[in-house]
Amino acid sequence: MAGGMLCRPYNRPVKGEMYAMNCAPILSVNNLKTYFFTDEGAVRAVDGASFAVHPGKTLGIVGESGCGKSVTALSILRIVDDPGRIVEGEIMFRRADGGEPVDLAKLDAKGGEIRAIRGGEIALVFQEPMTSFSPHYTIGNQIVETIQLHQDVGKAEARTRTIELLRMVGIPRPERRIDEYPFELSGGLRQRVMIAMALSCNPRILIADEPTTALDVTTQAQILDLLREIQERTQMSVIIITHDMGVIAEMADDVIVMYLGRVVESGPVDEIFHRPQHPYTQALLRSIPSIFAEPRTKLPTIAGSIPHPHNRPAGCPFHPRCADFMPGKCDRHEPQLRPVSASQMASCFLYHEPAEAPQQS
Amino acid sequence: MLTYTIRRFLLALLTIWAISVLAFAIIQLPPGDYVTAYIAQLASSGVDVTPEFAENLRQQYGLDSPIWVQYLKWMEQISRGNFGRSLEWRAPVLDMIGDRLWLTMAVSVSAVLFTWGLALPIGIYSAVRQYSIADYIFTFIGFIGLAVPSFLLALILLYLGFRYFDANIGGLFSPEYQLADWSLGKVWDLIKHLPLPAIILGMAGTAQLIRIMRANLLDELRKPYVITARAKGMSEFRLILKYPVRAALNPFVSTLGYLFPFIISGSIIVALVLSLPTIGPLLLRSLVAQDIFLAGTIVLFLGIMTVFGTFISDILLMWVDPRIRFERRE
Amino acid sequence: MTQAKPPVKRSAFDSQFDPAPSTTAAEERVSVATQWQLMWWRFRKHRLAMISGIVIAAFYLVAIGADFLAYADPHKTEAFRSLIAPQPIHFFDEGRFSPHVFGLVGKRDPRTFKRVYEPDPEQKIPLRLFAEGYEYKFLGLFKTNRHLIGVDGGLAEEAIFLLGTDQLGRDLWSRMMIACRLSLTIGLAGVTLSLVLGVLLGGISGLYGGAIDTLIQRVIEILRSIPTIPLWMGLAAAMPRDWGVVQVYFAITVILSLIGWTDLARVVRGRFLALREEDFVLAAELAGVSQMRIILRHMVPSFLSHIIAATTLALPNMIISETALSFLGLGLRPPAVSWGVLLQDAQNIQTVAISPWLLSAALPVIVVILAFNFLGDGLRDAADPYG
Ligand SMILES: Nc1ncnc2c1ncn2[C@@H]1O[C@H](COP(=O)(O)OP(=O)(O)OP(=O)(O)O)[C@@H](O)[C@H]1O
Ligand code: SF4
Ligand SMILES: [Mg+2]
Repeated sequence: MAGGMLCRPYNRPVKGEMYAMNCAPILSVNNLKTYFFTDEGAVRAVDGASFAVHPGKTLGIVGESGCGKSVTALSILRIVDDPGRIVEGEIMFRRADGGEPVDLAKLDAKGGEIRAIRGGEIALVFQEPMTSFSPHYTIGNQIVETIQLHQDVGKAEARTRTIELLRMVGIPRPERRIDEYPFELSGGLRQRVMIAMALSCNPRILIADEPTTALDVTTQAQILDLLREIQERTQMSVIIITHDMGVIAEMADDVIVMYLGRVVESGPVDEIFHRPQHPYTQALLRSIPSIFAEPRTKLPTIAGSIPHPHNRPAGCPFHPRCADFMPGKCDRHEPQLRPVSASQMASCFLYHEPAEAPQQS
Repeated sequence: MLTYTIRRFLLALLTIWAISVLAFAIIQLPPGDYVTAYIAQLASSGVDVTPEFAENLRQQYGLDSPIWVQYLKWMEQISRGNFGRSLEWRAPVLDMIGDRLWLTMAVSVSAVLFTWGLALPIGIYSAVRQYSIADYIFTFIGFIGLAVPSFLLALILLYLGFRYFDANIGGLFSPEYQLADWSLGKVWDLIKHLPLPAIILGMAGTAQLIRIMRANLLDELRKPYVITARAKGMSEFRLILKYPVRAALNPFVSTLGYLFPFIISGSIIVALVLSLPTIGPLLLRSLVAQDIFLAGTIVLFLGIMTVFGTFISDILLMWVDPRIRFERRE
Repeated sequence: MTQAKPPVKRSAFDSQFDPAPSTTAAEERVSVATQWQLMWWRFRKHRLAMISGIVIAAFYLVAIGADFLAYADPHKTEAFRSLIAPQPIHFFDEGRFSPHVFGLVGKRDPRTFKRVYEPDPEQKIPLRLFAEGYEYKFLGLFKTNRHLIGVDGGLAEEAIFLLGTDQLGRDLWSRMMIACRLSLTIGLAGVTLSLVLGVLLGGISGLYGGAIDTLIQRVIEILRSIPTIPLWMGLAAAMPRDWGVVQVYFAITVILSLIGWTDLARVVRGRFLALREEDFVLAAELAGVSQMRIILRHMVPSFLSHIIAATTLALPNMIISETALSFLGLGLRPPAVSWGVLLQDAQNIQTVAISPWLLSAALPVIVVILAFNFLGDGLRDAADPYG
């Protein structure tokens, strides 16, 4: 944890304040491209995404359905399914032993090193607590297995630790619950168990892919509280993936906004909410219902719909829906993610000029 | 869990009862009765039969009472272990069936084992390596296995063996053991002869199970819990065996209930082609000769065997699927 | 990833995106297509199923025109023509197109003293199209004696033996053509009867539920755990020996359907249960449509496709069963001709070893079963791409 040690433990109330502080990221993704080579052609699920995760902090990834959030998470763990493949980019990860960062994108996806990282150093919590457990084994069995995969402990000890974990995530009577099957638990409890499993090997990064989407509002709040509490205790980094700007506001320190496989804007959460730069982010924020709005007014929406992944627009991918569309520029050139302020980056020609010659087609 | 077992057990008893009625119906169906057949038999061997003798016989066997009384009598005799005598062989039915029943069982069980042993790994392989060359080959062989009825397969193999290897591949024993008493050597000889009938009998079932296993596993492989397991860092091999295969096993095990009757059925006719000393050829002969008690008893025994096999597979299914164990079937 | 998601709670902004009202021409076409059109489009993609459908159609055409395709009287026995080996047709004679077969000369094997026939290349018997042969009623309509092939003058059965002859000297090719009729129709008849029983009982089971459902389900379970062949054998053996071909035919049909209906009943019941939950049925109920009308107008059409697929898959089993029973001598019996009856001659391995052509009836059995399986698979996929 050499890199991480330099950083002062981070406290929630001072959101965004530390962004500028120069501390080495634990994970940095550069120009990641993950494509699915289907019969109908290549689907560019992730198309040049770049971002960094800092020790002890929470990165929020937000964007419409299908913009590549989940595929990004799966790419980091190298469990993208066929016919998907990482075609370009690097995923630099600083391992716990403090050595040089390894490029996860270059590792053998079935090899020992990535498998030690998966579940051991980077853990994943899924959207669907319903189907994310196998109904054929008790939850205890599935957690004990994770512990024994990564740590050299006996069955009895792994079981004791599992009960401990279950208690920590707020499962009542864990010594009984450990022998129950997933279908015997409610959705909220199951998501807690999922978190317990993810935490079982003290990961340094927890990726939570829409951890609360399938839950009701009260349970949602409880699960988010739990995540925050655990993070404060363990000082791990969290990547939280969501559609929900509310969740972002509550959880994230830094935010990246994705559109069609790309990062269109990134920055500290306060900046993103108060000074959104990219037209897409602005539209996203406008469409959140506000308690200050006039009653019964129609919410503003983003015009148009997400293009089909097979025929993405040329130039700026957002241009068919963009209010600030500049003909001749936005539909000809591709904007790059560039700094727009001390802490914020955006990918839009409102803030920089096209560099290259116009694209063909 | 207990209630499930009990329910299944009661159903098994009910089925056995239904089979006993059917078997009895089969005994009764042919025109005439036991005595008519017996007298015809005596007459053909030149013995003169008086009508009084016939009447006596009828009374002795209770054939003049109503059908349901006869059924009850038959049941009562069976419960005392008396299955009647074979007309044709003039011997107690049980003596006739004896070894043949065990051999039928041996052939059927080895066919089931063969079917499972082959279908499981091939099904898994075909699903995990979907659209690979081996997958296509297995699928193709599977279809052939499904399309060639087992008795035709037996016939064709028998012909090929005869023609190209000059060997008779039928039978369950080498000539020197055929009439010998049971010994270790004979058992070993039997084991050596079992694979061929097992393969022939198991072929169609194997083809079907491979398709079921492959389809189920393909479904399971797409489920989120597989990704969860992968995200834990498990090795792919262990992961597939522990999670999706286990899940795909359920519908697979539940097919055993139908596989068993299917294989026993097939074994009857394959045994005829391969001249196996099992119960099949005896059943055919007894049916053609209207050797009614022998035929009825064989049908009854075969029925009981299948019901037993089905019952075991039900229990197995319960053991495999925790959801059934908890009686929260969805 | 195409994971089925439970109804996901949409976040505020998620629902705010307007779906653009842009539908392409292709989508338009899909949205107005009837269920049958959709099924046909999906089915067309299954190359193998399409080919199988054509093969099956061809088989049924053969069954219809069997007499025309045969060239020898299938029932005419002649002891001295016993077990003649198949003879190929030679299409060219000294470079000239002139289809012919060689004449056969009978010799006595000096060792076994058996009569054997050998082709004599000197004797060339020319083949003719639409030649005259035995008389029959074409499609049961008019009498004719024309056959697809034959020889000039004399009787075809004394000259051509495409697949050889059986022990009684009957021509196998001609018998096989005629056999198509019984073998292919007995399956249809059996399946039809099963279908009626299956739809009726399965429908009642799925529609009313409760005690009736339980009862029918138990009966199905019991029937399915009875080994079929012994049961069939017992019933078939109980058929009086003096029954005619027609009586036996219908008895066999009934015997085969005795178990066959259970499969179809399951499909129907399952569909009924699934459909009962569907919105459109509820909507119709709320609208006060009578129950019978709901069943006929809404439910039956929506599972007809499933039933057709299930029926297609049930057919090959019927054909196998008939063949097996007849093979054992318990099914159709001579003078009826079916593939199973033909195979009866192949029961004795010694005979087969000397005259392997007796096995040739196995080929149409295998091809038809394979074709029905492929077709059924294709239909099932087309009927229900998700099931
Ligand atoms: N196995 C696959 N084959 C083909 N395309 C895929 C596959 N998995 C994902 N994609 C495509 O990748 C794109 C990104 O998918 P992803 O699941 O990452 O979206 P997401 O942002 O997580 O959306 P959601 O909010 O709905 O979870 C989608 O357009 C999808 O169609
Ligand atoms: S680049 Fe042009 S089209 Fe794209 S977001 Fe900026 S202004 Fe809109
Ligand atoms: Mg997702």
